[in-house]
This record gives sequence, C-alpha cells and structure tokens, in this order.
Amino acid sequence: MSEETGGNAIDPNTMSIIVTKGSLDWAYPPFILGTTAAAMGLEVTMFFTFYGLPLLLKKMDLKVTPLGNAAMKMPMMGGHMVMPNIVAAIPGVDAMASKMMKNLIKKNGVASVEDLRELAVEADVRMIGCQMTMDLFDYQADQMIDGIEVGGAATYIEVATQSHINLFI
Amino acid sequence: MADKVLDAKGLNCPLPILKAKKALKDVDVGGTLEVLSTDPGSVADFQAFSRTTGNELLEHSEEGGVYTFLIRKT
Repeated sequence: MSEETGGNAIDPNTMSIIVTKGSLDWAYPPFILGTTAAAMGLEVTMFFTFYGLPLLLKKMDLKVTPLGNAAMKMPMMGGHMVMPNIVAAIPGVDAMASKMMKNLIKKNGVASVEDLRELAVEADVRMIGCQMTMDLFDYQADQMIDGIEVGGAATYIEVATQSHINLFI
Repeated sequence: MADKVLDAKGLNCPLPILKAKKALKDVDVGGTLEVLSTDPGSVADFQAFSRTTGNELLEHSEEGGVYTFLIRKT
C-alpha cells in the first residue's frame, strides 16, 4: 500500500502464466496449474507466446519427441526406457512416442490437453495470444478458439503488475 | 448423508479438484459434498484446496484404495 506502488495492494488470489512451449508434455503444466488455480478461486491470466501460441489453435495436434530428451523415460516391459537419439531421429518415431504418451495419459485417467483447455475457458481463465508470434508464424485470429484476447508484451506486463503469482513455463 | 456425491474414481490430478469445484456450485452454503477418488495425491490436494478456498474439510478416509472426502461449503 506504499506510494511507490501507486497505493494499489495486489490481490493475493491472482496468477499469471507465460506459456512458451506447445509440445504434448509441456502443454500440461500451464493448463493444470491454470485450471486448478481458477478452481481455488484465483483470477488467472495465461499469455501464450512463441511455441506456446499453437495451444490456442482450434485444432491442436500435440506431439512429444524423445529426441534430445534424456529425462523422458517411458515405462516399458516392467522397466523404463530412454530412447537413444539415433533411434529418436528416425522418421515416424515421434509419432509413435506421441501415441504411446497419449495411451499412457488415457490409461492413467489424466485429462487431455483439449479437455483442460475447455475447463480453463469454462473457469473464465483470461487467455491472451501474442500478436507478434501470430505475425511471425503466420497465424490468423480466426484459427484461434473463441474468447481469447490478442496483445503484446505491455499487455502481459500490465497483468503481471497486478498478479501476486507470475509463472514462466 | 452428504447433500451431493461426486465419483471421481479413476481420474488423475487435477480432475478430482476441478470436478469438485464444479460440483460445489450445486451445493448450498452450509451443505456438504462427498468426493470419492482413487488418486493418492488428492489427500494432500483436498486439504490444500479447502484451506485456500475456505471450504471446510470435515473428514477424509481411505478404504480399499478409495479416498473419501467430506467437504462443507462455506
């Protein structure tokens, strides 16, 4: 409540997330945290930029790659398997790994990213697409889901100054 | 008996919490919601959810891998 902050106390129940990654695995943390925070009564804003922007496309086609991902240990035949890069680089292996991951997700009762995004929309999570990324990678507003806003760095910074929790994922 | 029962068995994080939040909308203030879950993580999560939202976790128990939570809406 000091003069320096303009006399505005920040509501502790506010959170923003910068979403920068859009692969199947990385899509989960922001949507899980965003929807859960909203369910716990927080006002949530998500800002989608760079490779996170495609998570706002009407039709998501999410994939995961084991290439260069030494920590990706898939449960297999009672153990865990890390795929050697030379195998991971073979065409078709990404698609296979993505399918395996989606099967694991289903088997374990984990929500799909599509479902979590739907729940985020229902919970009135504010979602902002980065205009610069849209220009850079040639995406149009009509390809994105309804109800999102478009903005830039200043739009996000304004949100961040009003949010108690600010995450970068 | 709880005013409403939510069966979240077989669902993983964060779905039991998200569905509980939705189910609480149909419960009057002072009323209770019973949640059934098989997610071991939901034990810590329903306590955190209740502390943060101010809803009251009246009791929780486990039997045969099924966790039961009784929440009073405040």
